[in-house]
Amino acid sequence: MLTIKDLKASINGKEILKGINLQVNPGEVHAIMGPNGSGKSTLASVLTGRDYAEVTHGKVSFLGEDLLDMVPEDRARKGIFLSFQYPVEIPGVSMVNFLKTAINEHRKFKGLPALSASEFLKLMREKKEIVEISSNLTNRAVNEGFSGGEKKKNEIFQMALLEPKLSILDETDSGLDIDALRICANGVNKLKTAENATIVITHYQRLLDYIVPDFVHVLMNGQIVKSGTKELAYELEEKGYDWIKKEVFGTEDAQ
Amino acid sequence: MDNTNIYTALYQENKELLQSLSPDFLVKLREDAMQHFIQKGFPGKKDESYKYTYLEPYFNNGYNKYLSPKNIQFDVNEIFHCDVPKLDTHVILLVNGFYFDAANPLKTLPGDVIVGSFAQAVKEYPELVAKYLGKYTSGDSFVALNTAFSRDGIFLYVPKGKVVEKPIQVINVLISDEELMVQHRNLVILEPNSQARVVVCDHTLSPNKFLTNAVTEVYLGENATFDHFKVQNEHNDSVQVSHTYFYQDKASSLRTSTITLHGGLVRNNLNIKLDGEGAECHAFGLFVTDQAQHVDNSVFVDHAKPNCTSNQLFKGILDDQSNGAFAGRILVDRDSQKTAAYQRNSNILLSDEAKMDSKPQLEIYADDVKCSHGATVGQLDEDALFYLRARGISEREAKLMLMYAFAYEIIDEIKIEPLHVRMADLIERRLRGDLTRCNNCAVNCG
Ligand SMILES: Nc1ncnc2c1ncn2[C@@H]1O[C@H](COP(=O)(O)OP(=O)(O)O)[C@@H](O)[C@H]1O
Ligand SMILES: [Mg+2]
Repeated sequence: MLTIKDLKASINGKEILKGINLQVNPGEVHAIMGPNGSGKSTLASVLTGRDYAEVTHGKVSFLGEDLLDMVPEDRARKGIFLSFQYPVEIPGVSMVNFLKTAINEHRKFKGLPALSASEFLKLMREKKEIVEISSNLTNRAVNEGFSGGEKKKNEIFQMALLEPKLSILDETDSGLDIDALRICANGVNKLKTAENATIVITHYQRLLDYIVPDFVHVLMNGQIVKSGTKELAYELEEKGYDWIKKEVFGTEDAQ
Repeated sequence: MDNTNIYTALYQENKELLQSLSPDFLVKLREDAMQHFIQKGFPGKKDESYKYTYLEPYFNNGYNKYLSPKNIQFDVNEIFHCDVPKLDTHVILLVNGFYFDAANPLKTLPGDVIVGSFAQAVKEYPELVAKYLGKYTSGDSFVALNTAFSRDGIFLYVPKGKVVEKPIQVINVLISDEELMVQHRNLVILEPNSQARVVVCDHTLSPNKFLTNAVTEVYLGENATFDHFKVQNEHNDSVQVSHTYFYQDKASSLRTSTITLHGGLVRNNLNIKLDGEGAECHAFGLFVTDQAQHVDNSVFVDHAKPNCTSNQLFKGILDDQSNGAFAGRILVDRDSQKTAAYQRNSNILLSDEAKMDSKPQLEIYADDVKCSHGATVGQLDEDALFYLRARGISEREAKLMLMYAFAYEIIDEIKIEPLHVRMADLIERRLRGDLTRCNNCAVNCG
């Protein structure tokens, strides 16, 4: 589904991603772990088309197409979804208008007619249950005045509505209490099928108790330095990232 | 440049006519205004209060100037041809600055409310007009020019304690087969405890060059409430200078919004004098410009008495090579304790060539005041834009959503529901670039 080959990217001339290789197949859950500043969000940005990071080398293909050539909205319509680490508040844009526009753009792309008002409401009602999001939130402006937990739930709610093929969850666990975390994780699990795939970005193992990964990759200093199964996550939880630094770079201060 | 002579000559030529049509008090007002104008001339290029909008070149010989209504053929129905649910209003039509319904120049509404032609009010109620006209206008040269020449416009009088239930809708139409200058004068008198709502729409219906120099005076008596809404929708070859004066007595309450949908060159002067304790005003403005358009909002709020509240929110969305300006002056007199005065100006530039000047000016001489002001000129929020696109929304649609959201803060302040809906629609069309001539009035006018 997604193939990343030797991907390098810079921000303001500074290389942040230094040659990433990754293969994600339908039905798989991949966790990408790594210390703060290692480039996890930058990777998510490059995959979704945010332009502050400049790709200098490498290839990314998604469902057989060159992903890096596409504008962000086309990537979304083709099935890439990012649950943002910091969902932005957009005063004045109502959740309803936003969601309806997004859904109908996806439908248009698939050659489907726009949803009627009642079809849309029905869909909202259905999907709201997945993340236990209240109408009180969907009646507001996008993310405006939402708590940290509500913002993250809202991301998963949108994921439920848009039914992406590849979801990238960027630190969905950060700033969540255990209940909200469970709700979000359950939502993600309910949406899982044999056809879609998920990349879970986190730097704690905690989330992975709920969203169980098939593969765990450690991103450090712009490179995937170690890959394994979920046991790797436990090992990291126990020993921290330093032992990997030592193992990979032969020193504890790799940066 | 000196175009003063054009107007002194025009005044001399028409002096007899103007005098024959004016009661004594008005003859004197005109005379004084003309003297003032001759002495002061037009504001120069460096004049502080007009530094972003140099107007004298437009006050030239190119425009025809009529001091009596000129017969013009047009289809009244076309003006009222709108397609939205109806707002129940009293409709008044001004054509080229003159009251249109000549057979019925003044109407009496329930509660002895008088509404109609300013010229007729001068004739029928000279004492009433004399008591208010020009009492609190400033020494602005354009205002003096208007005082000297204006013949007609709108007159509204609401007696003590009366409430005008339906909004009064004034449709200002410019239509001509030649280049035209128009100077109308509107006078609104709200006696104590009275209430009224006025919606004003400015439209150009023919492609000729138009120059408008309009003055509106509104007097709010003690505890009076006035809701004022103005939408400007003129073509690129139009120049409009408008001056609005609100005088507010004790505990009176004002809401005023000016929405500039379209226009060539627009300068709006808004003057609010809070001259009685407990008075409050809320002033809103929004403009959308593109091409070479220019919109300049200049606001002056004078806190002349203690315990008053003023709140200003002005916004602009500028594209292409358009220009905008905002100057917001707040004056708090030494004795105006417990003043609360707020001002915010935010602008979005959609292109590299668009330009916005924003200048707050606070003069606070009292010590127990709450004041805040802020001005921003920026671009659309990149993070918000990406967020929307990352959900599959096209760049163009995402930008429109954000522009609309930015404008919505002002639309949201429109408390007349059908007007709110209509303006929301018009702003959206304007932002999409498909505002048509059929969208020429703010509400359906039946
Ligand atoms: N917008 C930006 N401008 C400049 N540098 C950035 C920007 N975003 C991230 N960086 C830098 O890129 C590096 C990787 O950041 P990021 O991808 O956010 O790490 P992570 O998500 O793993 O914590 C850091 O050194 C960070 O300072
Ligand atoms: Mg991050």
